[in-house]
Amino acid sequence: MEKMSSVEDFAKIREVNILLIKEAKETGQKVVGIYCTYCPQELVLAAGAIPVSLCGTKEDPIAKAEEHLPRNLCPLIKSSYGFAVSDTCPFFHFSDLIIGETTCDGKKKMFELMQEIKPVFVMQLPHLNQTQASMDMWIDEMRRLKGFLEEKLATEITDEAIWQAIDVVNRETAAAKAICDLNQVEPPPLNGLDLLTVTWSRGFNSNKEEVIAMLDGLQKEYSSTDKESTPRKPRVLLTGCPVGLGTEKVIRLVDEVGGNVVAMENCSGYKTLELQTDTEYDDPLVALAHKYISIPCSCMSPNPYRMELLERMMNDFKVDAVIDLTWQACHTYNVEAYEVSKLVKSKGIPHLHLESDYSNSDLESIKVRIEALLEMVEQ
Amino acid sequence: MISIGLDIGSVAAKGVLIQGGRQYQMMVPTGWSPRTAGEQLIDDLLQSSGHRPHDVHSIVVTGYGRVAVMEASRTVTEIKCHARGVAELYPQIRTIIDIGGQDSKVIQIDSQGRVVDFAMNDKCAAGTGRFLQVMANALGLDVSELAAYEDPEQAATINSMCTVFAESEIIGLLAQGVDKGSIIAGLHLSVGKRVAAMARRLGIAGQVAFTGGVAMNQGVKRSLEQELGCKVLVPEVCQFTGALGAALIGLDAAA
Repeated sequence: MEKMSSVEDFAKIREVNILLIKEAKETGQKVVGIYCTYCPQELVLAAGAIPVSLCGTKEDPIAKAEEHLPRNLCPLIKSSYGFAVSDTCPFFHFSDLIIGETTCDGKKKMFELMQEIKPVFVMQLPHLNQTQASMDMWIDEMRRLKGFLEEKLATEITDEAIWQAIDVVNRETAAAKAICDLNQVEPPPLNGLDLLTVTWSRGFNSNKEEVIAMLDGLQKEYSSTDKESTPRKPRVLLTGCPVGLGTEKVIRLVDEVGGNVVAMENCSGYKTLELQTDTEYDDPLVALAHKYISIPCSCMSPNPYRMELLERMMNDFKVDAVIDLTWQACHTYNVEAYEVSKLVKSKGIPHLHLESDYSNSDLESIKVRIEALLEMVEQ
Repeated sequence: MISIGLDIGSVAAKGVLIQGGRQYQMMVPTGWSPRTAGEQLIDDLLQSSGHRPHDVHSIVVTGYGRVAVMEASRTVTEIKCHARGVAELYPQIRTIIDIGGQDSKVIQIDSQGRVVDFAMNDKCAAGTGRFLQVMANALGLDVSELAAYEDPEQAATINSMCTVFAESEIIGLLAQGVDKGSIIAGLHLSVGKRVAAMARRLGIAGQVAFTGGVAMNQGVKRSLEQELGCKVLVPEVCQFTGALGAALIGLDAAA
């Protein structure tokens, strides 16, 4: 009785869910806006509220943001803040609360300004993730968030509800991973833009069971159809800063010059998809803390799991080339690019590090670099 | 077998025609139309070699204007073309520095002339021919005269990497009465430092080949040698390296 679904269904998620969220609000449901994969959305679900991703991947509101923020700040922060301050992100508009994390200095300070617009809860994320003190602090932050949600949403969050939410999110993560893993074969069933559309759009869905069914349906659709064999295109792995629709220029350019982004090790992509919350813990908050602190974001120091993940992905997805994309002024990804380049080159795989922003001003110069990268694959 | 290679750069369009052991070269200003420049090069090359359009087997086009040339059999990036051109001129070279009108790049190649890695300057003009051109204007000179005027013993310090700020800086230096030759030496050093840093990031093995229009400037060559601590080889046809590579790639494909 599982329904088939298509990439188009995912492309419609945002549009459809704006209305669903509006209706849910009218019946008294609460909405909590989230920016980052570090946010334990299980707690939002357990509070009976809707967790929803917020806009931050388009250039349009950046000029507005620059009225308050410095120009040489990362475009993701400027875009997120610009959408909020100009009230042009419907998901932000409907959010009762916003949850942020101290993933970087720019975001941390931007969230202070955002407090003027909506109640923002900022989780203090430890950056040394392998010490006991860090873990204790992070568990404490989970408790503090739970308390905040209970107070603001006037509800009680039971352990049972958290375990239930953990089960739902674990299943959603597994379903999303199964979709991404389809691309381990040649030819890849999903092109780069399809892959982005599915993985990025799923965050805007207000109903987790529905999104799981859609992911399962999509997997069924692609496992049952035989792809006609096409000439092999160079298989590219994209890593680095978060990418969403609106900032997919690198994915489009790879496609334009004859390659295919088959896998993405970034935030809405594969970065978090191996991580399942361990249900063997007694305390669900401890279980959540362990999962979330394992996310291999460049804000962690050191960050060995990202290198392990990249190495495994290069093999599993039979990658011909790696593109590492850093948004302007993202120091942690920019510094880590050196480690990434060493790893990729040690495998004999062509590598390209790009530093860019959300504008289209560098399309030609990025294009020639990507073309040269693919020439390295073909020679 | 007649193979043409065109390199349509931001300032100059270069063309090479190869027929057997013979080579013809042509250069025209790119101007506002890369397409017209490409057409003109093809005409000029055919005329000087005494061939007709249908005699040509392959036209490989590179450079920023590569997609504008309708006659192209195929387009290839400047990176691959410079690698191929240098591999032909200097088989022992593993590192190439190319400084053109609007960008600079460093290319690492293996013993087969294949590209192993490369780096390019970001969108700003620092470390490119454009930087030197703007500074030459500020000094009331043509860019080709810079090297002749420099005084490398007394190089002034130019702190600004940004073309706009560097221009104000040298106007300030002139106002303080600093000698033109010192300023020019300082500018060459600034370009050399910028590009050498990019080259060191990739890693340098042995000698370095220096191509592109800026390679004609002895001062930049000397500052690169000083910064890199190695010998820098400039091909006689430094501006034509990309076009030569493009023509050779056309030959390789037919072989």
